[in-house]
Amino acid sequence: MRAATQKAAFVRWSVGQIVLTVVVLGYLSIVLLLPIGALAVQTVRGGSEVLRSLTEPEVIQSLLRSLLVAVAVTLLNTIFGLVGALVIVRQRFWGRRILDALVDIPLAVSPVMTGFAFLLVYGRGGLLTPVVEWFGWKVTFAMPGVLLATLFVTVPLSLRELGHVLAQLGMYEEEAAATLGASAWTTFWRITLPNVRHGLLFGVTMTAARALGEFGAVLVVGGAISGKTQTATTLIYASLEERRPVTAFGMAIVLCGLSAIVLLAMNLIQRRSVVPE
Amino acid sequence: MLAYVVLLIGAPLISVVQHALSLGFASFGASITAPVALQALLLTVRCAIEISLINALMGTAVAWVLARYRIPGKGFFSAVVELPFALPTLVAGVMLSTLFGPHSFLGKAAAASGVPVIFAKPGIILALLFVTLPLVVRSVEPVILGLDRAEEEAAFTLGASRILIFFWVTLRSLAPAITYGSIQCFARAIAEFGAVVVISGNIPYRTLTAPVFILGEVESGKTESAAAVSLMLLILAVLLSYLTRAVQRRLSTATG
Repeated sequence: MRAATQKAAFVRWSVGQIVLTVVVLGYLSIVLLLPIGALAVQTVRGGSEVLRSLTEPEVIQSLLRSLLVAVAVTLLNTIFGLVGALVIVRQRFWGRRILDALVDIPLAVSPVMTGFAFLLVYGRGGLLTPVVEWFGWKVTFAMPGVLLATLFVTVPLSLRELGHVLAQLGMYEEEAAATLGASAWTTFWRITLPNVRHGLLFGVTMTAARALGEFGAVLVVGGAISGKTQTATTLIYASLEERRPVTAFGMAIVLCGLSAIVLLAMNLIQRRSVVPE
Repeated sequence: MLAYVVLLIGAPLISVVQHALSLGFASFGASITAPVALQALLLTVRCAIEISLINALMGTAVAWVLARYRIPGKGFFSAVVELPFALPTLVAGVMLSTLFGPHSFLGKAAAASGVPVIFAKPGIILALLFVTLPLVVRSVEPVILGLDRAEEEAAFTLGASRILIFFWVTLRSLAPAITYGSIQCFARAIAEFGAVVVISGNIPYRTLTAPVFILGEVESGKTESAAAVSLMLLILAVLLSYLTRAVQRRLSTATG
C-alpha cells in the first residue's frame, strides 16, 4: 500500500531533482564506469596478443589455482557460516560474544596484515608451526597458506548474511515441527535449510567473488612463486611489475568477466528473494 | 565452531600482537614513529577520513536517487553500484591506472593541469572511492525505502520546502545509517591494498600508505616494523569494529 502512494507521489521533476540525478549518475559513471571502459578499450586494442597470453601455461595454471581455492573456500566457509550462524543466533553459551566479535574482525583487517599474520603463525617460531611440522605440511609460501588466508578473509561473509536471515526468521517453524515430532535433522533439512535458501546463495556468491579477488593476503603468504603459488590476482601484479601489461590486462578482463557473472547472480538472487512467497 | 574460529582468526592475530611487542614497548613506539612509517599511517588515516566524508555525501545522494526517483536504466545503475564488491581490488587499481596512466589521454591532461592522478594522492582517493562506493549506498538505501512518508508529507502540508524537509525531517532518520556506512568506509579505506598499490606509485612520504608500507617491510625482512604498524592498524580496526556495533544497535532500535 505504501509503495503505491510512494510511486504516485512522484509526478513532476523539479529542477533540483534533475540536477541531483545528473550529478549522481555522472558521479557513478565517472567513478565506476569510466575505469571499466578504459580497461575494456585497452584489452580490445591488445586484441590477439591478449588472447595469446591467456593460453600460456603459467597463466592457465594461475587461474586454475584461483578457481580451486575459491571453490574450496566457498564450500568450507558456507558450511561453517551456516553452522556458525545457527550457533551464534540461536544458542547461548560462554564465549558467544567473543565468537561474534572475532567473526567480524576479518572485514576490518588489511589483507597484507592477514598474509603477514599467517607468515608469523606458521613460519619460523610461529604458534602453530610445531603442529604443522608434525603433520609434515608446508603452509607458508605454499598453497595451504593461500587457502588458509583466503578462508580467514571470507569467514564473515556467509556467516553474517545467514545470521541476519536467521535472526529475522525466528524459531517459529522449527518449534512447530518439533511439537509435531520431527527429528532435529528432519527439521534442519526440510525447514531451516529451505528458509535460508536465498541468504545461503547470496553468501555463496559473495564468498566466491571475494575468494577469487583476494590479492594482498595471498601475495604475502604465498609469495606469488610462479609455478607454485601464483594465483590469478598475483599474476596480474607480477605481470605489471615485469612490464608485461598484456598478460595483466588479459587476466584482469577474465576476472572482470567472472565478477560480472557473480554480480548477475547476486542481482538475480536479490530480485527473487523480494518476491513474496 | 569455537575451535575453528579461534584457530583460523585468533591465532594469526595473536601472533601479530606478540611479534609487535616482542622487543618491548619502546621498540614498538620507535617503529611506529619512524618517519616513513608515521607518514604512511598519517596518509592512510587522512585519506580514509576524506573518503568517508565524500562517501557520506555522495553515497546518500546516490541512495536517494536510486530509491526515490524513476529513471530509465535504474536497474543497470543499481547493479553498477554493487560492482566494486564483486571485482578484485587489484583489478580496480589496474583499471584506474589504464585510465589515468602516463600514456593515457586523461593522464596527460591531468598532469598538464597540475593535478596529477597516477602516482599521486588524487589517484589514491579515486581508487578508494571506487572500492568503498557501495558501502554507504547499501547502508542508506534500505532505510530510505523503508521510511514512513507520513512525516515528510505532514511537513509538506505545513508549508516546508522540499529541501527543508530533507534536512530537518528525513536526514534525522537517515543519520544512523549514514554513520554506519561511513564508519565501514573508513575501516575499509585504512585497510585497502590492492587498488592503491598499483595506482599510487608507493612513494615514501607522499603516496605510501600503511598497508603498502607493511608489504615493503615484510619483503625486506623487517618483521618487527611490519608487525608494529600492523598492530596500529589492528587497534584501529578493533576500535572501529566496536564503534560499528554500537551504531548498529542504535540503528536497529531506530528502525525497529
